[in-house]
Amino acid sequence: MTAADAPAEVRDLIGVEQYHETGEFPVERGYIWTSCASVENGNPLFWDDSTAEAITGGPVAPPSMVSVWFRPHHWAPGRAEQALPLQVHFDLKEHLGLPEAVMTDNTIEFHTPVRVGDVLRTHQVLRSVSDEKTTKLGTGRFWVIDVVYTNQDGELVAKESYTGFGYRREVAPGQAAS
Amino acid sequence: MTLAVEPQRLFGDVSVGAALEPLNYTVSATTVVLGALATRDWRPMHHDKDFAVNRNGTRDIFLNTPNQAAWFERFLTDWTGPYGRLGWVRFRMKGSVFPGDTMTLSGVVSGVEVDPVGCGFVTIDVSLSVDDDVKTTCTARVALPVDASDNPWARRGDQWRPAPPAS
Repeated sequence: MTAADAPAEVRDLIGVEQYHETGEFPVERGYIWTSCASVENGNPLFWDDSTAEAITGGPVAPPSMVSVWFRPHHWAPGRAEQALPLQVHFDLKEHLGLPEAVMTDNTIEFHTPVRVGDVLRTHQVLRSVSDEKTTKLGTGRFWVIDVVYTNQDGELVAKESYTGFGYRREVAPGQAAS
Repeated sequence: MTLAVEPQRLFGDVSVGAALEPLNYTVSATTVVLGALATRDWRPMHHDKDFAVNRNGTRDIFLNTPNQAAWFERFLTDWTGPYGRLGWVRFRMKGSVFPGDTMTLSGVVSGVEVDPVGCGFVTIDVSLSVDDDVKTTCTARVALPVDASDNPWARRGDQWRPAPPAS
Protein backbone atom coordinates (compact mmCIF):
# COMPACT_ATOMS: atom_id res chain seq x y z
CA MET A 1 0.00 0.00 0.00
CA THR A 2 1.55 3.29 -1.05
CA ALA A 3 0.44 6.71 0.12
CA ALA A 4 -1.26 8.76 -2.57
CA ASP A 5 0.40 11.90 -1.23
CA ALA A 6 3.92 10.51 -1.79
CA PRO A 7 5.81 12.42 -4.53
CA ALA A 8 5.31 11.04 -8.05
CA GLU A 9 9.06 10.40 -8.38
CA VAL A 10 8.75 8.01 -5.43
CA ARG A 11 5.51 6.36 -6.53
CA ASP A 12 7.02 5.70 -9.97
CA LEU A 13 9.77 3.60 -8.37
CA ILE A 14 7.40 1.10 -6.77
CA GLY A 15 8.05 -2.38 -8.17
CA VAL A 16 11.03 -1.31 -10.30
CA GLU A 17 14.27 -3.35 -10.13
CA GLN A 18 17.07 -0.94 -9.26
CA TYR A 19 20.78 -1.06 -8.51
CA HIS A 20 21.81 -4.34 -10.11
CA GLU A 21 25.20 -4.79 -8.49
CA THR A 22 27.98 -7.34 -8.18
CA GLY A 23 29.79 -7.74 -4.86
CA GLU A 24 33.06 -5.81 -4.67
CA PHE A 25 34.99 -8.90 -3.53
CA PRO A 26 34.51 -12.67 -3.41
CA VAL A 27 33.11 -14.24 -0.25
CA GLU A 28 36.13 -14.83 1.96
CA ARG A 29 36.93 -16.52 5.21
CA GLY A 30 38.49 -13.57 7.02
CA TYR A 31 35.14 -11.84 7.23
CA ILE A 32 33.42 -15.10 8.17
CA TRP A 33 35.79 -15.55 11.09
CA THR A 34 35.55 -11.88 12.12
CA SER A 35 31.77 -12.12 12.09
CA CYS A 36 31.77 -15.34 14.10
CA ALA A 37 34.24 -13.79 16.56
CA SER A 38 32.03 -10.71 16.97
CA VAL A 39 29.21 -12.87 18.36
CA GLU A 40 31.35 -15.73 19.74
CA ASN A 41 29.77 -18.19 17.29
CA GLY A 42 31.64 -21.49 17.64
CA ASN A 43 29.60 -23.42 15.03
CA PRO A 44 32.16 -25.92 13.65
CA LEU A 45 30.78 -25.41 10.13
CA PHE A 46 32.77 -22.17 10.05
CA TRP A 47 35.88 -23.21 11.95
CA ASP A 48 36.50 -26.89 11.18
CA ASP A 49 37.05 -27.87 7.55
CA SER A 50 36.35 -31.58 8.07
CA THR A 51 32.96 -30.80 9.64
CA ALA A 52 32.17 -28.36 6.83
CA GLU A 53 33.15 -30.97 4.24
CA ALA A 54 30.99 -33.64 5.89
CA ILE A 55 27.89 -31.49 6.36
CA THR A 56 27.91 -28.76 3.72
CA GLY A 57 30.37 -30.14 1.16
CA GLY A 58 32.98 -27.51 2.00
CA PRO A 59 33.18 -24.11 3.70
CA VAL A 60 30.05 -21.97 3.71
CA ALA A 61 29.31 -18.54 5.14
CA PRO A 62 26.84 -17.97 7.97
CA PRO A 63 23.50 -17.35 6.24
CA SER A 64 22.89 -14.19 8.27
CA MET A 65 25.97 -12.60 6.61
CA VAL A 66 24.30 -12.40 3.19
CA SER A 67 24.07 -8.59 3.16
CA VAL A 68 27.67 -8.22 4.34
CA TRP A 69 29.01 -9.15 0.92
CA PHE A 70 27.39 -6.05 -0.63
CA ARG A 71 28.41 -3.33 1.75
CA PRO A 72 30.80 -1.21 -0.32
CA HIS A 73 34.32 -0.32 0.67
CA HIS A 74 34.41 2.92 2.67
CA TRP A 75 36.78 4.27 0.02
CA ALA A 76 37.96 3.06 -3.37
CA PRO A 77 40.21 4.59 -6.04
CA GLY A 78 38.36 6.95 -8.35
CA ARG A 79 35.20 7.03 -6.27
CA ALA A 80 34.13 10.65 -5.79
CA GLU A 81 31.29 9.99 -3.37
CA GLN A 82 30.90 7.44 -0.64
CA ALA A 83 28.96 4.44 -1.94
CA LEU A 84 26.06 3.44 0.28
CA PRO A 85 24.53 0.04 0.92
CA LEU A 86 20.78 -0.27 0.32
CA GLN A 87 20.86 2.82 -1.89
CA VAL A 88 17.07 2.86 -2.33
CA HIS A 89 16.76 3.60 1.40
CA PHE A 90 19.04 6.63 1.09
CA ASP A 91 17.33 7.76 -2.10
CA LEU A 92 14.01 7.80 -0.23
CA LYS A 93 15.44 9.93 2.57
CA GLU A 94 16.56 12.41 -0.09
CA HIS A 95 13.35 12.34 -2.16
CA LEU A 96 11.13 12.69 0.91
CA GLY A 97 13.27 15.24 2.76
CA LEU A 98 13.64 13.00 5.81
CA PRO A 99 17.14 13.45 7.27
CA GLU A 100 17.11 10.57 9.78
CA ALA A 101 16.11 6.94 9.33
CA VAL A 102 16.09 3.65 11.20
CA MET A 103 15.27 0.08 10.21
CA THR A 104 12.34 -1.45 12.09
CA ASP A 105 11.80 -4.86 10.48
CA ASN A 106 14.00 -7.24 8.48
CA THR A 107 12.93 -10.54 6.88
CA ILE A 108 15.29 -12.97 5.14
CA GLU A 109 14.55 -16.21 3.27
CA PHE A 110 17.68 -18.31 2.74
CA HIS A 111 18.16 -20.48 -0.35
CA THR A 112 21.40 -21.84 -1.91
CA PRO A 113 24.23 -21.67 0.67
CA VAL A 114 26.86 -18.96 0.18
CA ARG A 115 30.30 -20.51 -0.34
CA VAL A 116 33.81 -19.17 0.01
CA GLY A 117 34.83 -17.74 -3.39
CA ASP A 118 31.29 -16.90 -4.52
CA VAL A 119 30.79 -13.54 -6.22
CA LEU A 120 27.23 -12.54 -5.45
CA ARG A 121 24.85 -10.28 -7.31
CA THR A 122 21.94 -8.25 -6.01
CA HIS A 123 19.19 -5.84 -6.90
CA GLN A 124 16.71 -3.77 -4.91
CA VAL A 125 12.96 -3.16 -5.34
CA LEU A 126 10.92 -0.52 -3.50
CA ARG A 127 7.63 -2.18 -2.44
CA SER A 128 5.71 0.53 -0.56
CA VAL A 129 5.79 3.95 1.15
CA SER A 130 3.33 4.82 3.93
CA ASP A 131 1.36 7.93 4.84
CA GLU A 132 3.04 10.29 7.29
CA LYS A 133 3.18 8.82 10.80
CA THR A 134 4.42 10.19 14.11
CA THR A 135 6.42 7.93 16.43
CA LYS A 136 8.55 8.65 19.51
CA LEU A 137 11.46 9.34 17.13
CA GLY A 138 9.67 11.98 15.04
CA THR A 139 7.35 12.39 12.07
CA GLY A 140 8.00 10.61 8.79
CA ARG A 141 7.14 7.62 6.65
CA PHE A 142 7.67 3.86 6.68
CA TRP A 143 8.87 2.10 3.54
CA VAL A 144 9.52 -1.51 2.47
CA ILE A 145 12.48 -2.46 0.26
CA ASP A 146 13.17 -5.97 -1.09
CA VAL A 147 16.69 -7.14 -1.86
CA VAL A 148 17.32 -10.23 -4.05
CA TYR A 149 20.67 -12.04 -3.93
CA THR A 150 21.98 -14.55 -6.48
CA ASN A 151 25.34 -16.25 -6.99
CA GLN A 152 27.63 -16.33 -10.03
CA ASP A 153 25.66 -19.31 -11.41
CA GLY A 154 22.37 -17.41 -11.21
CA GLU A 155 21.11 -19.48 -8.28
CA LEU A 156 18.90 -17.67 -5.78
CA VAL A 157 20.83 -17.22 -2.54
CA ALA A 158 18.41 -15.14 -0.47
CA LYS A 159 15.44 -12.81 -0.56
CA GLU A 160 15.47 -10.05 2.01
CA SER A 161 12.94 -7.39 2.93
CA TYR A 162 13.59 -4.26 5.02
CA THR A 163 11.09 -1.91 6.62
CA GLY A 164 12.62 1.52 7.23
CA PHE A 165 11.27 4.62 8.97
CA GLY A 166 12.57 7.96 7.69
CA TYR A 167 11.80 10.92 9.94
CA ARG A 168 12.41 14.44 11.12
CA ARG A 169 13.18 14.78 14.82
CA GLU A 170 10.63 16.77 16.81
CA VAL A 171 12.13 20.08 17.98
CA ALA A 172 11.18 21.11 21.51
CA PRO A 173 9.89 24.72 21.99
CA GLY A 174 12.80 27.13 22.35
CA GLN A 175 15.28 24.62 20.90
CA ALA A 176 16.94 25.51 17.62
CA ALA A 177 16.79 22.96 14.82
CA SER A 178 20.21 21.73 13.73
CA MET B 1 23.44 -44.33 5.32
CA THR B 2 24.01 -42.43 8.54
CA LEU B 3 25.40 -38.91 8.79
CA ALA B 4 29.17 -38.42 8.95
CA VAL B 5 28.94 -36.20 12.02
CA GLU B 6 26.44 -37.17 14.70
CA PRO B 7 23.61 -34.60 14.86
CA GLN B 8 23.32 -32.63 18.09
CA ARG B 9 19.54 -32.52 17.81
CA LEU B 10 17.00 -34.27 15.59
CA PHE B 11 13.60 -32.93 14.55
CA GLY B 12 11.89 -35.62 16.61
CA ASP B 13 13.68 -34.40 19.76
CA VAL B 14 11.80 -31.09 19.63
CA SER B 15 8.28 -30.24 20.75
CA VAL B 16 6.23 -27.06 20.85
CA GLY B 17 6.78 -25.11 24.06
CA ALA B 18 10.37 -26.27 24.54
CA ALA B 19 12.62 -23.45 25.76
CA LEU B 20 16.14 -22.80 24.54
CA GLU B 21 18.87 -22.20 27.10
CA PRO B 22 19.02 -18.37 27.50
CA LEU B 23 22.18 -16.53 26.45
CA ASN B 24 23.37 -13.54 28.51
CA TYR B 25 26.03 -11.17 27.20
CA THR B 26 27.20 -7.80 28.47
CA VAL B 27 27.69 -5.43 25.55
CA SER B 28 30.67 -3.08 25.48
CA ALA B 29 31.60 -0.33 23.02
CA THR B 30 33.97 -2.92 21.52
CA THR B 31 31.03 -5.30 20.97
CA VAL B 32 29.17 -2.60 19.04
CA VAL B 33 32.17 -1.47 16.97
CA LEU B 34 33.40 -5.01 16.27
CA GLY B 35 29.91 -6.01 15.19
CA ALA B 36 29.63 -3.00 12.89
CA LEU B 37 33.02 -3.60 11.28
CA ALA B 38 32.38 -7.36 10.94
CA THR B 39 29.28 -6.48 8.94
CA ARG B 40 31.04 -3.71 6.95
CA ASP B 41 28.70 -1.10 8.40
CA TRP B 42 30.66 2.15 8.52
CA ARG B 43 27.77 4.39 9.55
CA PRO B 44 28.79 6.66 12.44
CA MET B 45 25.97 5.80 14.86
CA HIS B 46 27.69 2.45 15.39
CA HIS B 47 31.10 3.88 16.33
CA ASP B 48 30.75 7.64 17.04
CA LYS B 49 28.94 8.43 20.29
CA ASP B 50 28.76 12.16 19.52
CA PHE B 51 26.96 11.44 16.23
CA ALA B 52 24.64 8.88 17.84
CA VAL B 53 23.61 11.30 20.61
CA ASN B 54 23.36 14.52 18.64
CA ARG B 55 22.08 13.26 15.28
CA ASN B 56 20.17 10.09 16.12
CA GLY B 57 18.95 11.23 19.51
CA THR B 58 20.03 7.99 21.17
CA ARG B 59 22.02 7.80 24.40
CA ASP B 60 25.05 6.09 22.89
CA ILE B 61 26.25 4.05 19.91
CA PHE B 62 24.11 0.95 19.41
CA LEU B 63 24.24 -2.57 17.90
CA ASN B 64 23.46 -2.56 14.18
CA THR B 65 20.82 -4.79 12.61
CA PRO B 66 23.09 -7.20 10.67
CA ASN B 67 25.15 -7.87 13.78
CA GLN B 68 21.99 -8.57 15.75
CA ALA B 69 21.14 -11.07 13.01
CA ALA B 70 24.49 -12.72 13.66
CA TRP B 71 23.72 -12.88 17.39
CA PHE B 72 20.37 -14.54 16.66
CA GLU B 73 21.98 -17.04 14.28
CA ARG B 74 24.60 -17.94 16.89
CA PHE B 75 21.89 -18.38 19.54
CA LEU B 76 19.83 -20.66 17.28
CA THR B 77 22.68 -22.82 16.02
CA ASP B 78 24.15 -23.20 19.51
CA TRP B 79 20.89 -25.04 20.14
CA THR B 80 20.52 -26.94 16.87
CA GLY B 81 24.14 -27.86 16.27
CA PRO B 82 25.78 -27.60 12.83
CA TYR B 83 23.07 -29.56 10.98
CA GLY B 84 20.57 -26.80 11.81
CA ARG B 85 19.96 -24.87 8.60
CA LEU B 86 18.27 -21.47 8.75
CA GLY B 87 15.40 -21.18 6.33
CA TRP B 88 13.64 -17.95 7.20
CA VAL B 89 13.93 -15.20 9.82
CA ARG B 90 12.06 -12.03 10.70
CA PHE B 91 13.50 -9.40 13.03
CA ARG B 92 11.52 -6.57 14.60
CA MET B 93 13.58 -3.85 16.18
CA LYS B 94 11.76 -2.13 19.04
CA GLY B 95 14.64 -0.48 20.88
CA SER B 96 18.40 -0.14 20.79
CA VAL B 97 21.12 -2.07 22.61
CA PHE B 98 23.88 0.13 24.04
CA PRO B 99 27.27 -0.39 25.66
CA GLY B 100 26.78 -1.37 29.30
CA ASP B 101 23.56 -3.28 28.57
CA THR B 102 23.42 -6.97 29.43
CA MET B 103 21.35 -8.51 26.69
CA THR B 104 19.47 -11.77 27.16
CA LEU B 105 18.46 -13.91 24.20
CA SER B 106 15.72 -16.40 24.97
CA GLY B 107 13.65 -18.60 22.73
CA VAL B 108 10.65 -20.93 22.70
CA VAL B 109 9.63 -23.45 20.04
CA SER B 110 6.29 -22.28 18.63
CA GLY B 111 5.86 -24.77 15.79
CA VAL B 112 7.13 -28.06 14.34
CA GLU B 113 6.29 -29.16 10.82
CA VAL B 114 7.50 -31.67 8.24
CA ASP B 115 6.96 -29.92 4.91
CA PRO B 116 5.64 -31.60 1.72
CA VAL B 117 9.15 -32.69 0.67
CA GLY B 118 9.97 -34.25 4.03
CA CYS B 119 12.07 -31.45 5.53
CA GLY B 120 11.59 -30.95 9.28
CA PHE B 121 11.21 -27.26 10.14
CA VAL B 122 11.09 -25.91 13.68
CA THR B 123 9.71 -22.41 14.29
CA ILE B 124 11.28 -20.57 17.21
CA ASP B 125 10.23 -17.25 18.74
CA VAL B 126 13.30 -15.49 20.07
CA SER B 127 13.56 -12.25 22.00
CA LEU B 128 16.53 -10.07 22.80
CA SER B 129 15.89 -8.09 25.96
CA VAL B 130 17.72 -5.82 28.36
CA ASP B 131 16.44 -5.73 31.97
CA ASP B 132 13.27 -7.49 30.78
CA ASP B 133 12.65 -4.74 28.21
CA VAL B 134 12.33 -6.44 24.80
CA LYS B 135 14.59 -4.69 22.26
CA THR B 136 14.30 -7.05 19.28
CA THR B 137 12.09 -10.01 18.49
CA CYS B 138 12.92 -12.70 15.97
CA THR B 139 10.86 -15.50 14.49
CA ALA B 140 12.98 -18.15 12.80
CA ARG B 141 12.35 -21.35 10.85
CA VAL B 142 15.24 -23.76 11.15
CA ALA B 143 15.49 -27.17 9.52
CA LEU B 144 16.72 -30.12 11.59
CA PRO B 145 17.47 -33.66 10.38
CA VAL B 146 14.29 -35.74 10.53
CA ASP B 147 16.38 -38.88 11.15
CA ALA B 148 19.98 -40.04 11.29
CA SER B 149 20.23 -40.13 7.48
CA ASP B 150 18.76 -36.68 6.71
CA ASN B 151 20.94 -33.62 6.21
CA PRO B 152 19.03 -30.36 5.60
CA TRP B 153 22.15 -28.81 4.02
CA ALA B 154 22.08 -31.47 1.27
CA ARG B 155 18.68 -30.26 0.05
CA ARG B 156 18.71 -28.45 -3.29
CA GLY B 157 16.19 -26.93 -5.67
CA ASP B 158 12.63 -28.02 -5.02
CA GLN B 159 13.72 -30.08 -2.01
CA TRP B 160 14.47 -26.86 -0.04
CA ARG B 161 11.42 -24.67 0.64
CA PRO B 162 12.24 -22.05 3.25
CA ALA B 163 8.81 -20.41 3.40
CA PRO B 164 7.57 -18.22 6.28
CA PRO B 165 5.74 -20.07 9.07
CA ALA B 166 2.01 -20.52 8.60
CA SER B 167 0.33 -17.71 10.55
